Amino acid sequence: MKKIYLDHNATTPVDPRVLTAMHPYFSEVFGNPSSIHAFGREAKEALERARGRIAHLLRAGEREICFTGSGTEADNMAIKGVAHSYRNKGDHLITSQIEHHAVLASCAYLEKEGFRVTYLPVDGTGRVDPDDVRKAITDHTILITIMHANNEVGTIQAIPEIGRIAREHGVLFHTDAVQTAGKLPVDVDALNVDLLSLSGHKIYAPKGVGALYIRKGTKITPLIHGGHHEHGRRAGTENLASLVGLGKAAEIAGAERAEEYKRLTKLRDALHKKITDRIERVFLNGHPTQRIANTLNLSFAAVEGESIILSLDMEGIAVASGSACTSGSLESSHVLNAMGIIPELTQSSVRFSLGRTNTPEDMETVAEALPPIIERLRAMSPLT
Amino acid sequence: MYSEKVMDHFQHPRNVGQLPDADGIGEIGNPVCGDIMKLYIKVWDDRIQDVKFQTFGCGAAIASSSMMTELVMGKPLEEAERITRKNVADALDGLPPNKMHCSNLAADALHKAIEDYRIRNALPAVAP
Repeated sequence: MKKIYLDHNATTPVDPRVLTAMHPYFSEVFGNPSSIHAFGREAKEALERARGRIAHLLRAGEREICFTGSGTEADNMAIKGVAHSYRNKGDHLITSQIEHHAVLASCAYLEKEGFRVTYLPVDGTGRVDPDDVRKAITDHTILITIMHANNEVGTIQAIPEIGRIAREHGVLFHTDAVQTAGKLPVDVDALNVDLLSLSGHKIYAPKGVGALYIRKGTKITPLIHGGHHEHGRRAGTENLASLVGLGKAAEIAGAERAEEYKRLTKLRDALHKKITDRIERVFLNGHPTQRIANTLNLSFAAVEGESIILSLDMEGIAVASGSACTSGSLESSHVLNAMGIIPELTQSSVRFSLGRTNTPEDMETVAEALPPIIERLRAMSPLT
Repeated sequence: MYSEKVMDHFQHPRNVGQLPDADGIGEIGNPVCGDIMKLYIKVWDDRIQDVKFQTFGCGAAIASSSMMTELVMGKPLEEAERITRKNVADALDGLPPNKMHCSNLAADALHKAIEDYRIRNALPAVAP
């Protein structure tokens, strides 16, 4: 049985080309990039090449790229780093209700420290109204943080417009681009952002590396103190091999992004059609068009999400759900709840997130596997 | 994550369905918490003569429902009533800690169905 992986928003496999690029940087070129001898210099060169590739993907300056240990760390660094650096200017942050937990938990942490946070609502498709951002800004606002595209439903936010509003008011703007870097064009000037987070393992690089773009002139209080790594912004010897991998992954994504985006849009829309042709009472969660190409979030009425995941898993198909039973916290998806999806359908949600390994045949296999599963679970359900 | 027994009961749940002439029905849960279970019992001579369930829930909820129906089938009411969530979870070779509430759901639905039977027949509640 061929296994089909449709959970690329959770993580992606390391691209073989990335792995090949990383290989020399474990045992051959192993120097500490901070060392001044030849071993160190060679490592440093590789590190800076990787930084250059990230900078190129984001159309940013090399010094504006700070490597981190994850997308989560980049989010934490942006939010707490700005809050702590600009506390004398104000104590108010603006975000949305559908952010990744890395952002929401960082904001909640700052609230405990006495900062105030506005959590903006979204509409039924998951979009933040830029006008709401404008209205929420006060004289005390120091940071706006709104994600580029949502990891659960894929809805894309009006980042350039929100960025323009932030700039008009002299407020710093951060976006979590973990789900869009390497998928959508991510140009920090076109997006009007001052800070931007990305993660390695969502773009076919290894886990354990990420990056934060920090616009020149933006002050950031470090999270991690120690040596002078990353221009004093993030201490700790750099994860050289994985960062080389991140650089290679950025280069590949930059070159192949546009083609792959078209291909995935076609595959995803085919999967959507095949499913709705064969199964009744299936509802799309997320924006019908302003949505990243690889993401399809559907609710199957009267069937709980985890039971669908388990059933598909037995057929070798990997997907995710926003149901309470899969969250580990016994709370259903905060994203779907914020979108006003009724609890029955939140519990019934399944996320299919496509990627490089998927083929048109995969879509057919999934669309054939689903109807008997849904039928069996619906027959067992007290809901109609 | 789940034991083989849980997966077996999830894939091949026992006693799924409704009893149109049920003597007692227990419904528990709500979509906000994630699981909904409906249990039907047929009682004869103070014994659970037949039992069927419908569950909207995760693998653990479906398996717990199925296992519970196996545990009570044919049992005297008094004995069935003493079944706890621990009995259900143990019979499934355990559940992950964050899924223990699923076995609660099954035990609660059973107790509610028995209570419903007693109310319908104006019988006094039996002390556990």
